[in-house]
Amino acid sequence: MSDGRNPGLEGLGYKRAGTMWSWMLHRVTGVGMLVFVAMHVIAAFSLQNLGGGGFGKVFNSLFESWPFQSFIYFCVIFHALNGARVIILDTWPKLLQHQREATWLTWLIFIPIYGLTLLILIQKGLSGG
Amino acid sequence: MLRSRTVPRRGWNLEFVMWVFTRVSGAAMLILGALGMIGALIMGARTQMDLATLMRWTFFPNPNHVVNSNIPDINLGWVSLYWRILQTLIVFFGVSHGFNGLRVVMDDYIHHDAVRKVLRVVILVLWIAVMAVALYIIITS
Repeated sequence: MSDGRNPGLEGLGYKRAGTMWSWMLHRVTGVGMLVFVAMHVIAAFSLQNLGGGGFGKVFNSLFESWPFQSFIYFCVIFHALNGARVIILDTWPKLLQHQREATWLTWLIFIPIYGLTLLILIQKGLSGG
Repeated sequence: MLRSRTVPRRGWNLEFVMWVFTRVSGAAMLILGALGMIGALIMGARTQMDLATLMRWTFFPNPNHVVNSNIPDINLGWVSLYWRILQTLIVFFGVSHGFNGLRVVMDDYIHHDAVRKVLRVVILVLWIAVMAVALYIIITS
C-alpha cells in the first residue's frame, strides 16, 4: 500500500473480499501453472530428445503423483473459469454491476468440477493406480 | 507492497496490446481445449483412453504426451497436420499468455525501474527459450 500503512488481517476483508480473493488466486494459480509448464517442457525435452533418464524422469514422476495433480488441476480449472468470468465482464462492462454474483457463480461451477476431479485422483492414488 | 507507477499514453501501447492479447489467448485456449477433447472423443477416446490420458491429450494433443498410456495404433489419426497445428497454437498461446502474466505480476511487486527493466529482459529470454524448446519437441515428435 502506497501510504505505508499495513492493513493486516483486516485487508483480507477488503470490499467483502470475494472478488479480491479471486484476483489473488488468479495470480497464484497463473504463476503456478507457468512454473509447471516450463518445467514440463524441459522434462519432455529431456525424455524425448536427450534419450530419457536424468531429471526428466524425476520431474515426470513428481508430475504424475496425485498430490501434485490435485494442485495443478486446481490451478487449471480455477484459472480457466475465473479467466472466463474476467473476459465476459470486460467484454460487456454493463455486467460489472453483477460481478459479485458472477464470482459466486464461478465457485458454483468450480466446486462440482474440481470435487469430481479430486475424487477420481484420490481414488486412483489410494488404490495405487 | 503495491506502489503506483507512471503509465504510458493511452492508445496502442504495449500494455494495451498485451491486455487484449491476454483475453484473446485465454478465450482461444478454452476453445482449443474443447476442440482437443471433442476431437479425441470422436477418434475413439471413449473406449481407448482413461480420463487422465484424455486430459493429457486435451491440454497438449501430442502423441508423445500420451505415449505412456498404452493406446493401440497411435499412428492412426492421432498424428496429423491438424493435431500439429493445434499443438503449435496451444503452445504459443499458453507460453506467451503465461510469461506475459509473469511480467504483469513482476511489474506490480518490483519498485526499482532498473531492476524491472532487467527482469523484463530475463522474462523475454525465458519466453523465447521455452518457446524454442517446445516447438522443437513438436517438430521432432
